[in-house]
Amino acid sequence: MSTTGTTEAAAPAPVRQRRRLDRRWAGLALLLAAAVYAPFQLVPFHVFQLTMVLVYAVALLGLNLLVGHAGQISLGHGAFFAVGAYASAVLLDRWDLPYPLTLPVAAAVAFLLGLALGVPAMRLRGLYLALVTLAIAIFLVPLLKRFEELTGGSMGLTLAKPQPPAWSGLAEDQWLYFLTLAVAVAAFLLAASLLRSRVGRALHAVRDNEIAAEVMGVRLSFYKTLAFAWSAMYAGAAGCVYTWVIGFVSPDSFTVNLSITMLAGLVVGGLGSLAGPVLGALFVMFVPSIAQDVNDAAPGVIFGLLIIVVMYVAPTGLAGLAGRLTRKIPRKE
Amino acid sequence: MLEVHDLTVRFGGITALDGVGFEVAAGEMVGLIGPNGAGKTTLFNCLTRRYDAQSGTITYEGRDLTAVPPHAVAGLGLARTFQNLGLFPRLSVRDNVLLGAHHRGRAGFLSAGLRLPRVRREERELRADADAVLDRLGLAGVAAHPATGLPFGTLKRVELARALVGRPRLLLLDEPVNGLNAAEVAEFAGTLGAIRAEYGLTVVVVEHHMGFVMGICERIVCLDFGRKIAEGSPEEIQRDPAVIEAYLGTAA
Ligand SMILES: Nc1ncnc2c1ncn2[C@@H]1O[C@H](COP(=O)(O)OP(=O)(O)OP(=O)(O)O)[C@@H](O)[C@H]1O
Ligand SMILES: [Mg+2]
Repeated sequence: MSTTGTTEAAAPAPVRQRRRLDRRWAGLALLLAAAVYAPFQLVPFHVFQLTMVLVYAVALLGLNLLVGHAGQISLGHGAFFAVGAYASAVLLDRWDLPYPLTLPVAAAVAFLLGLALGVPAMRLRGLYLALVTLAIAIFLVPLLKRFEELTGGSMGLTLAKPQPPAWSGLAEDQWLYFLTLAVAVAAFLLAASLLRSRVGRALHAVRDNEIAAEVMGVRLSFYKTLAFAWSAMYAGAAGCVYTWVIGFVSPDSFTVNLSITMLAGLVVGGLGSLAGPVLGALFVMFVPSIAQDVNDAAPGVIFGLLIIVVMYVAPTGLAGLAGRLTRKIPRKE
Repeated sequence: MLEVHDLTVRFGGITALDGVGFEVAAGEMVGLIGPNGAGKTTLFNCLTRRYDAQSGTITYEGRDLTAVPPHAVAGLGLARTFQNLGLFPRLSVRDNVLLGAHHRGRAGFLSAGLRLPRVRREERELRADADAVLDRLGLAGVAAHPATGLPFGTLKRVELARALVGRPRLLLLDEPVNGLNAAEVAEFAGTLGAIRAEYGLTVVVVEHHMGFVMGICERIVCLDFGRKIAEGSPEEIQRDPAVIEAYLGTAA
């Protein structure tokens, strides 16, 4: 180990960095290839599950901007997910909008709502912020029931799912999967570029040291509020795709549980890393049902225990654990 | 360039600054000295708008600094380093330095997310500048290292690099040689002198290291218990009875 340590130190820094970047891109390309290949190998139900993982991954990518990168908390992002889902559903139900158009509208609606709520919420910190965002999640669902005309009340809305065009030769589940994959890849690239820029650095500065950030000229309220609005937009976009995939929305799909599971999933997946949201999405998708299987009477207990175990084994989340493991491998070569 | 007039800051019962006034002309290097708790850092905090003064005025390049919001100070060409470090420990040294150039950039959320050509150009320029400053201060070797776990003196230099990349006109240094050994202090004095000339800087430096301050500053302001007790050339300050009294008084 000590010998590899010295050769590594001898390599000029830029070369080493380039190599690590190349490896990263190679890994991503491989992952994308696997993601494109998968729906042709799996049964429709598993394709559906994978699609839902991608839906949650988009939402968690956004939540990660706020929580992992800007260091703020939100216990209410299920609400923005619901807003996106309902925006899309109402547009499809009422105005027969072509479904691709519902995505920018749903994202914009969630963004504006996030901005409006973010301005006052982002003046708060820690526990107060947690409470206010939790309140958003609690009050939103009853509000949806109130506008029965538009939202179908507690019955919800049932919609036709997007159909695969004939040229694609795909089954419905595969088409939905690829739609979702396209949105997820776009969301990932957008977040990755954002984070590698001046804006990403400013968010990290706000997270790590507000005082120093301000001395650098980072306007705290601006970056916090926009991080909130952007994460709301991501949740809204994910909600919109959710509507496409499920073809049904009702208030019961978006309880406070969703918000809390999203945050828990992100923390377990790994805050502040790009892989975290994907791993977290797997968690959001599968752990609640695994918990249900293990113990029908108290899925919450199992769910909670699983979180504790993961945080104990991997305090920086699954992404941090994966990072530690992969970094160990080249050292042994 | 900088005029501070009758500045008073109180924290509850403590008067941290009591009617302090002085001026700094463009291009000068001014030392700010005084025993512990004299109010030196508090003065810096007023200049960077961290603290509001109870009374008094601060004029910087003809502008009333007390009316400027804190985040806008950097954009006016005023940079500082912190006494006890104000780095971002989870970011690399290079990213820390790049944050010093934050106010020079224009990229917003959307343009950065979309990697528009002008964002990429701006980022290239800032990175080139940051690397140049890192090189200049001998930090190129640690650029990818997180800004923590390095020797204190190195981290202080990272802070200086971060301040410089913002292209300041007025630089405030809070105890820059604290924790350095004699050889490093001498080296730092040389670097600072050279950088000041290269960048055309005006500098106010707080330091307890008398050899350093006396050697590098043209003029010195001495505070004690929030009051200015002396001002003058290094020779005058060294002979000033009030200064000697203040330092001996605290030592006893
Ligand atoms: N935020 C604050 N709240 C309360 N008191 C403060 C605060 N900041 C500074 N003080 C007090 O103001 C006085 C001046 O402190 P300051 O940090 O400016 O001293 P200093 O000259 O920088 O000392 P040192 O050489 O030890 O750094 C001290 O009595 C300090 O306790
Ligand atoms: Mg001090």
